[in-house]
This record gives sequence, structure tokens and C-alpha cells, in this order.
Amino acid sequence: MSRFAVLAPVWAWLCVLLAAPLGIVLAISVAESVDGVPPFALGFSAAAFVAILTDDLYRDALLLSLRVAAISTASCLLLGYPVALAIARAPERWRDPLLLGLMVPFWTGFLMRINAWIGLLADDGWLAAALSWFAGGPVRLLYTDTALYLGMVYTYLPFMVLPLYASLSRLDPALRDAASDLGAPPWLGFLRVTLPLSVPGIVAGCVLVFVPAVGEYVVPELLGGPGAQLVGRVLWAEFFTNRDWPVASALAWMLLLLLLVIPAAIRAAFAGRNTAESE
Amino acid sequence: MTDLLRIADVTVRHGATVVLDDLSLAVRRDELFVLLGASGSGKTTLLRAIAGFVPLAAGGIVLDGQDIGRLPPHRRPVNTVFQSYALFPHMTVAANIAFGLRHMDRSTAAARVQEMLALVRLEALADRRPNQLSGGQQQRVALARGLAPMPAVLLLDEPLSALDRALRAETRDELVRLRRELGTSFILVTHDQQEALTMADRIGVMRDGRMVQVGTPAAVYEHPNCRFVAEFLGAANILPGVANDGRVDLPGLGVVAAPGASSGPMLLALRPERLRLGEGGANRLTGMLTGSVYAGETMTHTVRLSDGTDIRIAQSLHNGLIASPMPGAAVVVSWSPEACIVLPP
Repeated sequence: MSRFAVLAPVWAWLCVLLAAPLGIVLAISVAESVDGVPPFALGFSAAAFVAILTDDLYRDALLLSLRVAAISTASCLLLGYPVALAIARAPERWRDPLLLGLMVPFWTGFLMRINAWIGLLADDGWLAAALSWFAGGPVRLLYTDTALYLGMVYTYLPFMVLPLYASLSRLDPALRDAASDLGAPPWLGFLRVTLPLSVPGIVAGCVLVFVPAVGEYVVPELLGGPGAQLVGRVLWAEFFTNRDWPVASALAWMLLLLLLVIPAAIRAAFAGRNTAESE
Repeated sequence: MTDLLRIADVTVRHGATVVLDDLSLAVRRDELFVLLGASGSGKTTLLRAIAGFVPLAAGGIVLDGQDIGRLPPHRRPVNTVFQSYALFPHMTVAANIAFGLRHMDRSTAAARVQEMLALVRLEALADRRPNQLSGGQQQRVALARGLAPMPAVLLLDEPLSALDRALRAETRDELVRLRRELGTSFILVTHDQQEALTMADRIGVMRDGRMVQVGTPAAVYEHPNCRFVAEFLGAANILPGVANDGRVDLPGLGVVAAPGASSGPMLLALRPERLRLGEGGANRLTGMLTGSVYAGETMTHTVRLSDGTDIRIAQSLHNGLIASPMPGAAVVVSWSPEACIVLPP
């Protein structure tokens, strides 16, 4: 009885705020699209799912989203790993200030920061002006893929650095000493000891960046070009512009399934590789 | 015997602190050299300086005629058994041992790994991960990993400290046996004087970043060169006195014979186990028994001498447990002149 009492709020929370909304979205995705308020009639129709699986628009949006998320994740990993390693190996008294520096941007609203990027990247901004001077002609940054990736990496970099730092700072420094003691130059010690032992941090960071990056709406909407039709933007357009709620809901479910399957696949791949390596 | 490793006037600083202070030491070929000292004496720093993990502020380290003092750790032909073992947790036992064998071709390396596994009797556990091993097994893997590349010197940082008492004695003997078989020089760091005395071919006693005394266990124990060594290695009763041609005047206590005492103020060190409660030695002092503690192998008595100094006597119980005088009884403490250790004041 007391155990039930303890768990009851948790179950209530999960039911009301997770299961129920997901169920409603699922119900709408198999409903009929109609003209009216609300713009659907409950029923059972696979039309929305057929549409998103057959219409190139939705397939391309999903593929483009996966591509953008993958490139953003890889960029975050390449940029974030040295940062996390540097913080983890910094003298003890420097680590907290450095981590704080990483977190400080979160104290300002996300939209404010993206708007700052708009100002920075705009055609009359100093960055574009400086680049134009070097290039000898006008340079566009805002509403291009460059701006899109800059914004994505800027937004998600901390989510990569933090798990990497957590994993790297836990490594016993004696392991690095042992590698060099046994004749491995620093680069080899990194490849054979530090890197494989930080795989859990890499996986966690990649999942933390990749999953929200696939569904990202704000960055492509505010910084990306009109061609950057990521699934988040398409979904928004279906809901608010086309008022095709079943298709939008089906798209949301499709996205959710992808985001459950892909991280699991990444984990399985890394786990498999890890065991294979040790044999 | 020739010197294998020469450490010449080495100074190591950590910030403003001098950790090793103009230290010199020669380690011979085919010996087990023990660095003994309290924590903070610089013994681990000296080991890490030999391995290359701490930079030298001054001085040099010459191994087999080659100056290695400025080489990075991976270019030094020495290996280390770390105190925490530092085994690579993502690799099997065999892969750990093979880590230092990159320069060998595959089949030679594999044969060497087998040889090392046999040496430490872990053939059956070659495919285990370190976290599946007991502490003693991990220690043997660390040893095998350090020995596999055939280092000129193997450095061992408190290799027994993480083991329980019974395993420690066994491992101690095994390390000595292994080293004799291989003929590799070992430099072993410990704070445990018993470990140092039983394992070492020679001991270097360290204090405050300096080498205080170097010698065989018997030489350092029987002839300490200062009060610190006498008290750090074993126990010692220290009595101040004035020497005069083989006689020592202990003010307020009497005159005793001490061969080797020349003249002038000195300290007389007496090992508790070389003293006898009752008559029997040529030197004798009187006092009052204040307490006796039974410790299995020995009975330790505390006697207050007439000037108020307490001295301790470890009575061997080789004749079985015999009745001690009651506390408060007047007793005689005696010892032979050869048991006197004469120290500078």
C-alpha cells in the first residue's frame, strides 16, 4: 500500500503528461482529415502514414533531417572532444570555472541567443562584411547551410561536451602513465587507452545531440535557408499552414519511432565493436 | 658488481617545494633495491623521476651508460608496476601484457605473453578482464605487463600495499624469487620497514627528499648512521651520553661499555629485542617495571630508569610464557656491549 502511494504520483505524471498526449497524437494520426474544427474526424485510416511513406516531400524531409543531425552530431563530437579532454586534464582548480563557462550561455533565453546569431550573420553584420572584404565580393551567411550548421553546433555543443567530460574525468590518470611507461607515445596512448575508454561518453553525447537535432525546428527556421525543409519545419507547416493534423501526427510518430530505433542501433553498434576489439 | 643506474645530484621541485634535494644514488645490476621512507619523503617521486613522469630541475639519470634523464617516459627502457596497478580495464589480461610489445612481431609477442603468463601462473585467466580478477591476480598481471618488454629496471610502487596480510607475505617471497630467476634489477618503494628488511638486497632510507643511508638490510639495521634511521628501521631506545674510549657515561644512570664509541657527546641506541630483563649482559641499569604487554611472539616490558626515562624491552618467549614481575617491581636491565649502537648526537 505504501509502495503504491509512493509510486502513484510517478504513474499519474507518466499517464497524464506522456502516455495520454502520445495516445491522442496516435489517434489523430489514424483519423480522417476533414474541413472543420477540429480538422479531423476520429476513425481508422492509414492514409496519413501512406502519404508520409510515399510522398517524396516527407521522405526527403526525414532524410534531410537525419543528414543534418548526423553532420551536426559529428561536428559537435570533433569540436567537443578536444574541449572535454582539455577540461578533464586541466588543473583541478580550473575545471569548475571552465565548465561554468560552458554553461553560462544557458542563462540567456535560447531565442535571444539565436537572434544574436541572426545579427552576427546578417548581410550587413560585421562577420559577413569582414568575409566579403577578404573574398572580394558579397558573402551570404544568414539563411544558408553554413548558418544552419553554425546554429546547430552552437546549440548542441554543450550536450556533447558534458557527457564526454564526465566520462574522461573519471579515467584514472595512472592509465595514461601506464601506456607511456609501456612505450606508447602520447598519440598512441590516446588511441588505445583514452579513446576506447571514453566510448560510453561518446555514445551518450551523440545520442543527446542527435535525438533533439533530428526534430529541431527553431534553428533551421531562423537561420537556415528556405531549402532546409527539415522534418520539424514540415511538421509545423502541416499543423498550422495546411491544417492536415493526421499527416502532422503521423509524421510526429514516425519521427519518434526513428528516434527510438537509431540511438538503440548506435548503442548496439558501439557495444558490438567494443567486444569485437577486445577479442 | 657494476652500477646499472646512476642518479646524480637530482633535484625535483613541485612549485616552490623541493621534493628531491640534490639526491644521488647508484643501483647495481641484478639487485632488489628498496626505497624506504615515510610518506612525503620523496620516495615515490624518485621512482616517478626514473620512469620519466616528473621533470628534473637539476641533475641526471644514467641507465647502462645512456643518459635518460631528459627522455619522455615512452622512450625510457624502464617499466613500472603502479600502486593502483593501472591495468587497462577494456583489455584482456593477455592484451594488457602485450601492450608493451608493439615493437615485436606478432608471433614473438604472443610467445612472450605466454611466457609471462606462465611466469606469474595466470595462463588460465588470459582472456579475463582485470575487473574479473582478485587483487592478488591483478597484481601479478601488472607485474607480468611490466616485465614483458624486458626492462633494464623494473620500478615497483608499493606493490604489496593493496594486498591483505596473508597474501602480502606470500607475494613478497614470490617477488624475490622471481627477480632472482630473471636477474632483472628491481627498485621497489615501500613505507613498510619489515617489507624492506625481508626483501631488499640493499635499502635506501629517504627523508625530506634526501637519501639518508644506503646499505644492506643488516648494515642499515645494525649500524644506522643517525637517530632517524635507527628509529625508522625497527624500534630503538635512545639515551644521550658522553663517550670516552669505548665507555659511555649516561648522565644520571651510570657508565656502560660500548665498543666503537670514540669520544664526545653521542646518542646510545638500544634495540628492544637486544635488551634483557634481569641479569645476563655485561652492561646493566636499574629501574622500575611500569608495564608488560603480551604480543604472542614477544612480551614487551616498559622500564622507567632512575632518571625517569622509559625504555622498552622485547622479551622473546622461546622458553614459553614465563611469569613477569609485577608492575612497580625494581628490575635490572642488562645487555651485552656489542648490542650498543653509537649514533652522532
